[in-house]
Amino acid sequence: KTIMGMAAEAQYHVLAVDDSLLDRKLIERLLKTSSYHVTAVDSGSKALEFLGLLEDEHNDALAPSDVDVNLIITDYCMPGMTGYDLLRKIKESKSLKDIPVVIMSSENIPSRINRCLEEGAEEFFLKPVQLSDVNKLKPHLLKGREKESEPSINKRKGMEECHSHDKTRTKYDGLEVV
Amino acid sequence: MDVVVQLQRQLADHTASLFHEGFLNEQFNQLQQLQDESNPDFVVEVVSLFFEDSERLLNELAKALEQQAVDYKKVDAHVHQLKGSSSSIGAQRVQGVCIPFRNFCEEQNIEGCLKCLQQVKHEYSLVKNKLETLFKLEQQLIAAGGSFPTL
Repeated sequence: KTIMGMAAEAQYHVLAVDDSLLDRKLIERLLKTSSYHVTAVDSGSKALEFLGLLEDEHNDALAPSDVDVNLIITDYCMPGMTGYDLLRKIKESKSLKDIPVVIMSSENIPSRINRCLEEGAEEFFLKPVQLSDVNKLKPHLLKGREKESEPSINKRKGMEECHSHDKTRTKYDGLEVV
Repeated sequence: MDVVVQLQRQLADHTASLFHEGFLNEQFNQLQQLQDESNPDFVVEVVSLFFEDSERLLNELAKALEQQAVDYKKVDAHVHQLKGSSSSIGAQRVQGVCIPFRNFCEEQNIEGCLKCLQQVKHEYSLVKNKLETLFKLEQQLIAAGGSFPTL
């Protein structure tokens, strides 16, 4: 898989976050139709867990290139941690802050939209999300990819010292850039 | 082959009336477009989730509105979810009732809320019925050897 990842155009991995099963199914289908690899979770805390950032840990154990997610798309209204809370946590995290984040909401509230964009969200989609919205994700993903390839060159040494990571793919990505 | 043509006509008419009468909107078309050979049951699966969601929420709403001291925040939260899932599948009339429903929640108007609950239950059962008929026709068509074009 790692060798194929180098040779062929690697698939973008999108993490979708929504507490509604119906909406998760929908966003997953929309993303897969656009050839993205998708992981869907039902809460902000599950998302952070998946991203390797545990809630009570403030030091980032992971380097940006360890995290295998190219874009995060999250619902705004969720019980517990809202999409906005999740966005903030991501932007505050050294390992995650460069991952583009998109917010979805069923409510068209300008102050909400502005707050999210100001906090660093790339886009704000009104639900129900359409295929035309998903088509807008590509440029953000490409931008994310560019950012990812730079730090991994420097971080490579640090990464090799890290234990318990099966993500050897990222090491090869670093080599590929060189 | 005559049967196939007949069924195709029935299906087309039924689908058209669903849109014409406002039960479904463009979002339902979007769902159909997302269905293909690799995901042949996508629409049925999503609509089934809508049925499950709605039934659960309607029960919760009835319970919440029966309480001595109604928790309007809770009621509003349920209506918000119902509005969300109905809009996700294009169940326009169900979605429509949710708007005044949420307003009544904000006003803490029990009469208004109860009325809306009745209305939304009614709209839900109508659209459920019509969607089930739609799926039945599709199944009959496939069984007869035909296929249905997506709009």
